Amino acid sequence: MTARDQEGRLGIVVSGSLTKGVEVRLDGAISVEDIAVGRYVTIEGEKRRFFGMITDVVLDAIDPRLMTMPPDVSDPLIAEVLTGTSTFGRLHVLPVLTIGDDAMSLLEGAQPVKTVPAHFSTVREASEQDVERVFGQVEERQFYIGTPLDMETKVRLAPRELVKRSSGIFGKSGTGKTFLARLVLIGIIQEGAAVNLVFDMHNEYGWSGTSEDGGEVKALKQLFRSKVAVFTLDEENARRRGVSTDFTVQIGYDEIEPEDIAMLRETIGLTEAAVQATYRLARRFGERNWLESFLTMDSRDELNDLAQSLGEHEATLAALRRRLEMLRRLRFLVPHASDNAMQRILEDLDRGMHVVLEFGRYGDDIASYILVSNLLTRRIHERYRERMERAMGEDTAKPRPLVITIEEAHKFLSSDISGQTIFGTIAREMRKYNVTLMVIDQRPSGIDDEVMSQLGTKITCLLDDERDIDSVLSGVSAKSELKSVLAKLDSKQQALVFGHAVPMPVVVRTREYGSPGSYKEFGFRDALERKKKAEEEEDDLWG
Amino acid sequence: MSFKIGEVVEASTGQFTAQCYELHQPAPFGSLVTTREGGVDIYGVVSAAMTTSIEAGRRPIARGAEEVDEEAVYKSSPQLARLLRTDFNAVVVGHRQDDRLHHYLPPRPARIHAFVYLCDREEMAAFTQSFDFLSILVNVQWQADELIAALLRQAAAAQQDPRRFLVGAGKELALLLAGETNRLNTVLRRLRE
Repeated sequence: MTARDQEGRLGIVVSGSLTKGVEVRLDGAISVEDIAVGRYVTIEGEKRRFFGMITDVVLDAIDPRLMTMPPDVSDPLIAEVLTGTSTFGRLHVLPVLTIGDDAMSLLEGAQPVKTVPAHFSTVREASEQDVERVFGQVEERQFYIGTPLDMETKVRLAPRELVKRSSGIFGKSGTGKTFLARLVLIGIIQEGAAVNLVFDMHNEYGWSGTSEDGGEVKALKQLFRSKVAVFTLDEENARRRGVSTDFTVQIGYDEIEPEDIAMLRETIGLTEAAVQATYRLARRFGERNWLESFLTMDSRDELNDLAQSLGEHEATLAALRRRLEMLRRLRFLVPHASDNAMQRILEDLDRGMHVVLEFGRYGDDIASYILVSNLLTRRIHERYRERMERAMGEDTAKPRPLVITIEEAHKFLSSDISGQTIFGTIAREMRKYNVTLMVIDQRPSGIDDEVMSQLGTKITCLLDDERDIDSVLSGVSAKSELKSVLAKLDSKQQALVFGHAVPMPVVVRTREYGSPGSYKEFGFRDALERKKKAEEEEDDLWG
Repeated sequence: MSFKIGEVVEASTGQFTAQCYELHQPAPFGSLVTTREGGVDIYGVVSAAMTTSIEAGRRPIARGAEEVDEEAVYKSSPQLARLLRTDFNAVVVGHRQDDRLHHYLPPRPARIHAFVYLCDREEMAAFTQSFDFLSILVNVQWQADELIAALLRQAAAAQQDPRRFLVGAGKELALLLAGETNRLNTVLRRLRE
């Protein structure tokens, strides 16, 4: 064998199937310890090359008796002789794509596999060029999410593909979901793939976020000053943090509909009867007045009279009243809002601005988060729907694609309520109305299966709960193979990306974020540079 | 230089027996010997050696009761050297034809009275470049494992990198003795210096 033949060689294909992947016997000289699941290999079949991912590593022996009667490996000679002959490593490789070498297939790019490589095809580590051919070359100013394990090639995540369908970012707490989400949002902004509306629970996306070591990193507004508007529910909190916000959101009681309260059922512990009562109240007092009227009823007698006239049980109304009392503590709720937040958000989105709604201190109150994000999204979605339908009928311009980012998604999309909530609807009807979701969650098993299977692109950091892993991988072929990859991710800076926006599942080391160099890659210029640039432009202008 | 050590007295395709010119001086167990048949050099590995009476059925008798040492027995009965013979068996493991080495059986067996030479280091090293002969040796009926180990030990000594040679041969054996882990272990243990 020539040195070239040996280059990157791992072993040969010995068995396998298209559905389960192929078995590769490792060459004697290759140690299993040098192999890692999630890495890429190429397989040189007779007619084409296959591109696949290592999904498992197995220790095997030619004679099962070796396992029961291990030889005397204290002798280095015996150990060396047996390694790779009597005992050897086996890889499980999942072929995903084929790459042809002729001109036609170069044009077409990598294609999904429809067969397996022939017996004894040579398996090699994928070279940087191979990976680049599969994931496409990343041009300057194009967005990439990271690099494959132990490689330098950039993995492109196509934001335009990503926003066509809803997507999800998952991972245990502390594995970098927020970091990833911020990266993806930056990608969408950088390439102008869609406008974003981010319901920012912990104030991580608007002005600045925190890195793992407690330091501060720039968030969207700092990087894309002219393209991002920061809205807040809690002006005081924003001021304390030294964040300049563009708009303070206030929501009037008259904007809250019974559906919005129904969403809170589990969070604030309402009974079904109490939820039904809200609809009756709305009928009685009118859609816009019911909540205020109900909340201003202070005396027990008033409540009792109301219960009687509505045919409700007194205790039900009293309980509802007690639960809704929490709304009064939320400062952003006012009897009547002077400015229409939804309208302002829509206007900004229409201008191509990305809107981050910070929750300030209300982020810790899940009821506020659910109430506000649901309320705003429902109305925005309604508008989008109207305009999309008009666009189809009258051939007017379609609204810009919109991506709505929500955290703690299982609270909105659990199987009990996803059928009723707006988020469930958006996840299901996908891009028909140009609105898609980006859900961020640490407990994907809490999300409705149907919604999970509709997510086009999933980016997942380490998960170790069996149910969470199953749920993330639902609807994916080669589930069990990816499962082993997913369970072995590092807890930091590693993620498995699969679905629409990438040609094949890929484990990436996420790109660095937080250093001045990393900001520059996104086109960020600091004050000094901006000034210099402005002076240059001025010089150009006046000569 | 190869050293002339004896003469073929019995031959078949797979093995031959040679009588040594010197009593008690057979080629060592596991050494490589060669003999010529027409244009073909036949290679064999010495698999056994024995010293017997030249007449079958006539056993030597003990003679040393009165002697001081063993040498004295031969000195006082000089005819003994003529009445005894030392033979050795060799398993045929390959041949050279038209200057090419083949690690499989030759077309014809060795010829009776053909001279047998003990191969020197260079020849040993050249022949053991390939391990294909091992497949013949693992099937030898008598003490195959001992024989393989003895040959490999001697062959290793003729190599520039003995350890690499032994590892390579060991790996070949590991495949040949795939289902016979115990045999493999036996051979490998005997390869230790």
